[in-house]
Amino acid sequence: MMNEMQILEGSKAVALTVRSCRVDVISAYPITPQTHIVEDLAQMVADGETDAEYIKVESEFSALSALVGASAAGARTYSSTTSQGLALMFEVLFNASGMRLPIVMTTVNRSLSAPLSIWNDQQDSISVRDAGWIQLYAENNQETSDLLPIAYKVAEDKDILLPAMCCMDGFVLTHTFEPVEIPEQSLVDEFLPSYQPKYVLDPKNPLTFGAYADPSIYMEFRYQQHDAMLKAYEKFEEVAKEFEKVFGRKYDLVEEYKIEDAEIVLISMGSIVGTMKDAVDELRKGGEKVGILKIISYRPFPAEKIYEAIKDAKVVVVLEKDVSVGMEGGLLSDIKSFMYNREDRPPIVGFSVGLGGRDVTIGDIKGLVSKVKRAEAEEFEFLNLRREVL
Amino acid sequence: MSLFAQGHTACGGCGMPIAVKLVLGGSGENSIVVSPTGCLEVTSTRYPQSAWGVPWIHSLFENAAAVASGIETALKVKGKKANVLVIGGDGATVDIGIRALSGMFERGHNVTYVCYDNEAYMNTGVQRSGSTPYGASATTSPAGKLSFGEDKPKKDTPAIAAAHGIPYVATASVGYPKDIVKKVKKAQEIVGPKYIQILAPCPTGWRFDGSKTIKLAKLAVETALFPVYEIENGEITKVKKIKERKPVEEYLKLQGRFKHLFKENKDQIEVIQKMADANAEKFGLDG
Ligand SMILES: Cc1ncc(C[n+]2csc(CCOP(=O)(O)OP(=O)(O)O)c2C)c(N)n1
Ligand code: SF4
Ligand SMILES: [Mg+2]
Repeated sequence: MMNEMQILEGSKAVALTVRSCRVDVISAYPITPQTHIVEDLAQMVADGETDAEYIKVESEFSALSALVGASAAGARTYSSTTSQGLALMFEVLFNASGMRLPIVMTTVNRSLSAPLSIWNDQQDSISVRDAGWIQLYAENNQETSDLLPIAYKVAEDKDILLPAMCCMDGFVLTHTFEPVEIPEQSLVDEFLPSYQPKYVLDPKNPLTFGAYADPSIYMEFRYQQHDAMLKAYEKFEEVAKEFEKVFGRKYDLVEEYKIEDAEIVLISMGSIVGTMKDAVDELRKGGEKVGILKIISYRPFPAEKIYEAIKDAKVVVVLEKDVSVGMEGGLLSDIKSFMYNREDRPPIVGFSVGLGGRDVTIGDIKGLVSKVKRAEAEEFEFLNLRREVL
Repeated sequence: MSLFAQGHTACGGCGMPIAVKLVLGGSGENSIVVSPTGCLEVTSTRYPQSAWGVPWIHSLFENAAAVASGIETALKVKGKKANVLVIGGDGATVDIGIRALSGMFERGHNVTYVCYDNEAYMNTGVQRSGSTPYGASATTSPAGKLSFGEDKPKKDTPAIAAAHGIPYVATASVGYPKDIVKKVKKAQEIVGPKYIQILAPCPTGWRFDGSKTIKLAKLAVETALFPVYEIENGEITKVKKIKERKPVEEYLKLQGRFKHLFKENKDQIEVIQKMADANAEKFGLDG
């Protein structure tokens, strides 16, 4: 295999991979910490290093709207945003998925204002959980890169036709230099053939897109979306196997880490898993039976895989960078809700961690595990609150 | 196949489908149309039916110009050629969609944006828009004990469009069908963003008898309340002259939305007449 290992900033790795996916139309609006991705892409267009067109829109709302048009006209499309930009896209997110347009977008994860914060958490993408988009979360920059062609292939499958967002933690991944293997163009071409949609805006075959549905038919449209998302579960597995054959790297909807004999299973998504792995290694040295279940695909939701991974645990701990205000974290709620009807149900507790970019250290994770072991953890709590300023 | 078929559900006498057919008459089969949410979308595309004989897409209320930008760009990348048009209401154009419209103009997309101007949000029940004329009673600018209706003049959207330096801006009225076809044809020959605003009377919202649509569409022009002109590369190049300008009352008195002016607010009719006079002066309409 001719893949070359390079030391790249995460944003650059994303931009290079987007180029290798032979995207036709890019449309994006700058916002920290997503800016390097779109600047890199704009430079590639300016240098003639890609055939893609870059639409210099006046807002995120128009960025995604332009892709709705471009995708309906048969183009492979790409955008990237974060936080406030994603919130501004809210209406278009549902529209794109409802029209079954396989747009792919990198969502750089950043907290939402107020208070204004440019730093990382995952409140933005978790808040659009129900928008009908596939959501994939990367732990490191090899994953941010690899998940893009996988996302295109799943999204564009004729049985799926759902938009997909590849989520990467702001700054932690976007601005970090890591060794990344950018896939060779010929291999990407082999893995990801050009987009050939069945239905396009074409005067030779005039079709109506985006008609309105009265109560006699609306639910069936929604059901079909739901059904496609369920099918995306197996499609992801299938596509990941093809990816492994071509590129040699293995992916699944979840990744298990030292979980076989684990009594305590930690669950999370994104770059924090790297720190958690280091913490688990240290805990294991001290004889603690701790393991990790990393969620890569939040939608489709890998319920069965989570169940298999946690059913024999003594306790499950969900760590996440979001909160449904007044309730608990979104991932925690999702996991508890499908586990409720199962026979083997270990206790599940959850922590909101690292909101607004608060650092989460190996020590924090070890402390949290020991708190859970002492049975002192609440059902849900915020980690490392500075109580003295409250 | 007809490009815009009978059987749509617009009210009898609606000016909007007249405008749509004329626009498509000018742009022809090789067109792709984007429409925002509004009366046109709702009366022409109730699933699984569609009145459209050209490819058509509706996304949202405020993003038609951006969707059209994306379509035009995709066609360019794919090496395909078609006339990309937006046909949308005044609310979608001059209010909620103006950001996307401004972006489309500024980026120079080769799109013809047609606004059918019925001077209010008709689809949701005749609420005022930025395009609602001074003195009209709409459901969110109603005439009342302390109100003579809309108290701000109609937004000058063609001037806003022209200020972007786009090559072609025009106004038209369904009272003059050939003029619409001619202007759309002309627009298609010009590369870049084009903006055409067409007055399309709404019997339901303006409260007049559906048989008088064309008469009102002409009167709006003949009173100089809706001047018809072309702006090419920033210069006014053509205006529709009025032989004998009619007093605004003749137009206002036929419509329920202005009825209150003839009771307590007669002085407002004079204000409206002055606006018409100013239009005539500005565009040199008389003669
Ligand atoms: C974001 C958003 N706000 C409000 C609405 C409700 N809405 C739908 S159509 C419409 C008015 C349309 O007015 P206009 O563009 O003038 O078209 P018309 O119905 O008059 O033909 C409104 C307010 C919406 N669909 N989306
Ligand atoms: S409400 Fe007015 S614009 Fe809408 S369909 Fe009826 S007449 Fe036409
Ligand atoms: Mg209107």
